[in-house]
Amino acid sequence: MTAPASPPNPSPPKPSTAKPSTPKPRAPKLTIDPQVVREARRLASQAGQPIVEMARAHTTVSVERAVLRLAGLSGADADGMPLVNHLVDAVRAQTGLEHGVALPAWDALVSGGYPDLAALAGAAAAGQVSLRIPAGADADAARTAAGHALAGGFARIDANRAKRQEMIDQTAEPRKPWMYLIVATGDIYEDIPQAQAAAREGADVVAVIRSTGQSLLDYVPEGATREGFAGTYATQENFRLMRAALDDVSRELGRYVRLTNYASGLCMPEIASLAGLERLDMMLNDSMYGIIFRDINPRRTLIDQRFSRQIHARAGIIINTGEDNYLTTADPVDSAHTVIVSQLLNEFFAKEAGLADSQLGLGHAFEIGPDVPDSFLLELAHAQLVRELFPNAPLKYMPPTKHMTGNIFAGYLLDAFFNLAAVMTEQEILLIGMMTEGIHTPFLSDRDLALENAHYVRSAAGRLGESFRPEPGGFIDRRANHVLAESVDLLRRICDDGLLNAIADGTFGITKRPADGGRGLEGVITKADGYFNPASDILDDSGRSHQVGVLAAATQSGAAQ
Amino acid sequence: MTPKTLVRPYGDTTGDGRVQLSFTLPVPFSTPDDKARAEGAALQLAGKMGLDPAMVVHAKGMGPDFTFFVVYGRVGHLVDLSEVTVAEREFEELSPAEINLRIRSALGRKLVVVGATIGTDAHTVGIDAILNVKGHAGEKGLEYYREIKVVNLGSQVEVPRLVAAARAAGADAVLVSQVVTQRDAHIKNTRELAAAFDAAGPPRPLLIIGGPRFDPALAAELGVDKIFGKGTTPRDVASYLVHALAPARPAEAGSATGQVPADAPARA
Repeated sequence: MTAPASPPNPSPPKPSTAKPSTPKPRAPKLTIDPQVVREARRLASQAGQPIVEMARAHTTVSVERAVLRLAGLSGADADGMPLVNHLVDAVRAQTGLEHGVALPAWDALVSGGYPDLAALAGAAAAGQVSLRIPAGADADAARTAAGHALAGGFARIDANRAKRQEMIDQTAEPRKPWMYLIVATGDIYEDIPQAQAAAREGADVVAVIRSTGQSLLDYVPEGATREGFAGTYATQENFRLMRAALDDVSRELGRYVRLTNYASGLCMPEIASLAGLERLDMMLNDSMYGIIFRDINPRRTLIDQRFSRQIHARAGIIINTGEDNYLTTADPVDSAHTVIVSQLLNEFFAKEAGLADSQLGLGHAFEIGPDVPDSFLLELAHAQLVRELFPNAPLKYMPPTKHMTGNIFAGYLLDAFFNLAAVMTEQEILLIGMMTEGIHTPFLSDRDLALENAHYVRSAAGRLGESFRPEPGGFIDRRANHVLAESVDLLRRICDDGLLNAIADGTFGITKRPADGGRGLEGVITKADGYFNPASDILDDSGRSHQVGVLAAATQSGAAQ
Repeated sequence: MTPKTLVRPYGDTTGDGRVQLSFTLPVPFSTPDDKARAEGAALQLAGKMGLDPAMVVHAKGMGPDFTFFVVYGRVGHLVDLSEVTVAEREFEELSPAEINLRIRSALGRKLVVVGATIGTDAHTVGIDAILNVKGHAGEKGLEYYREIKVVNLGSQVEVPRLVAAARAAGADAVLVSQVVTQRDAHIKNTRELAAAFDAAGPPRPLLIIGGPRFDPALAAELGVDKIFGKGTTPRDVASYLVHALAPARPAEAGSATGQVPADAPARA
């Protein structure tokens, strides 16, 4: 293999290159006690810290496969099983994964005379490779070679981050809130014209929904795919094709159109890596979604999410969290505080993994039943509370789904109120609601009407947020404070029980998920003393320098005020 | 007095036959010529659909190649109510709130469902769409129902293990998804499943099979209680479970206890 020209530990791009969302100070509108907010954050960090330690002490098969993907290994066998799976499985069978895949893999590569990782993986799959944990000079040689290979991957991720900024400079940053639309045909070659059409109709963000059940596959399919169940497989080639198509349409429109996919499920770390390698812009990435809604083992998910978020931090990708989902199962009024609690936990895990505020697309949703009295005021209270708790995060606001009954006319009105709540509370990423939600895959005309609705509200009332001042002590203000108080209570209980026990007890989304249940636990491995992961070494470094940067920026802005 | 059996759509006057519809045609709407042609095309379609007269009240170009129309018109068709046939449903489609209520009142405990794919079938898409909270087609899976306890054994479960797990869990019903149909593997596996549960003796849980290429009429022949085909939603399965295992007591039908709470979601 050829060693890349770049040094083993390239320094990460400075946070200042993520120029677009220079946080503008937002005036507080609710009478929220900053001490309560500080207490909530302290509790979230207390609840999250043991999880971080658990994540640091373990690795997973998908983290190890991600290392190989970042080193450039791709491709699959004739049955479609990726080479990264073959190589990690071979290492696990022969030496175990307690030391990581990198030491035995690069040892075999260096000493075995294989031209590249693909050749090694092929031989490993055929049972022709003898793998070992090297020691001494052999181990040093393996580490150096692995470090060089990974530096190549990170150089590509860094170049993509710079390229994104360059594209934005050449075109333009869209006006907020960004309009987020979904395409999902199952066939990437059908998705491409649909995505381009959506962009021409006004979409600022295009999300390609994944095939049903991809989150439960313990491998990432390979190549361009033309068949999926109610969605299109997330593959590296599909990512590449779609990003190229959106670059074309961005240039045509003079507006940078972002691409979103899903880093959730059993292959979260690998999909995050592929997203960085192919310049995706946003990724769905929630710390608990896979546990609650897909019955993936809690430990597996929490370990995988840490690595995947480190990658997203490095790649300048905005994560979208999935709190909106809780409100589709639990009652959106009674459970409003579970959204806040989950957002605070997601924020803690995200910051710990090195993500900046400008990368936190924390999720929430407009799901209160239209027959609930004062439902719009309740929605405003919840949305404004989220806005104030996370003033510099590009919040992701999800449209009504539960109460889209098939009465498309009433649904169109509900979507307009959703759009209005979004501009009044200055939400930044707006998933465009469809009046035909839950009836069928949106017609071209459904999408066009939905965008007409959102554009009308943005144009007519886009600056209403400036003038929206809920009366102190009034209904909205009291409701927001009530939800915040409930959130602090719940966080206290979680701290007492431990987060894993809270998840096991059904605290989120009403579903009980024991720490040792669910899929994928067999893919969790406790790290041995000599564990080596060249990707984590680079990421932990970039996380540290990033945090220093954030600290410096915070000090400066504190001084400026 | 004979009941009226012939009716027409009602706009604002009895018998006016007025309807409204919207659709998209793949025609441009840019130049004045385009617009005239597009409206003419919409009127032609409306005419063929039986609208006479028809009026295009709204037309809008969507991108360079498509036009969206809203059309009002009068249809000449008569609806003969005496010819309307209503397909008899084998079981009633219930809302999640009704399903939970029926289980609570008929069983007085949770209804236990054990699910798996069996044999060599590794496709969990179907069973997960039915069981996972995430659900399918906008409907939450069986895990979402408070009164249903779900044990999802995952893929490629051997039949003896499934029988043992069903016994251990006290399963009221066993759900098995079969996607792979090569060499009729789904038929063979299903027969094997039914035979194993028969051999294990009572209590035999309700055996339910699902898969996109199954013929629902084969249930009896294969020795299972129910087969669900393509397009099944979790609520279909839950409604069937209630129909088979938690029948409504006659006194409850339509009574206060059978009512759905006002806050029940319209769609799970």
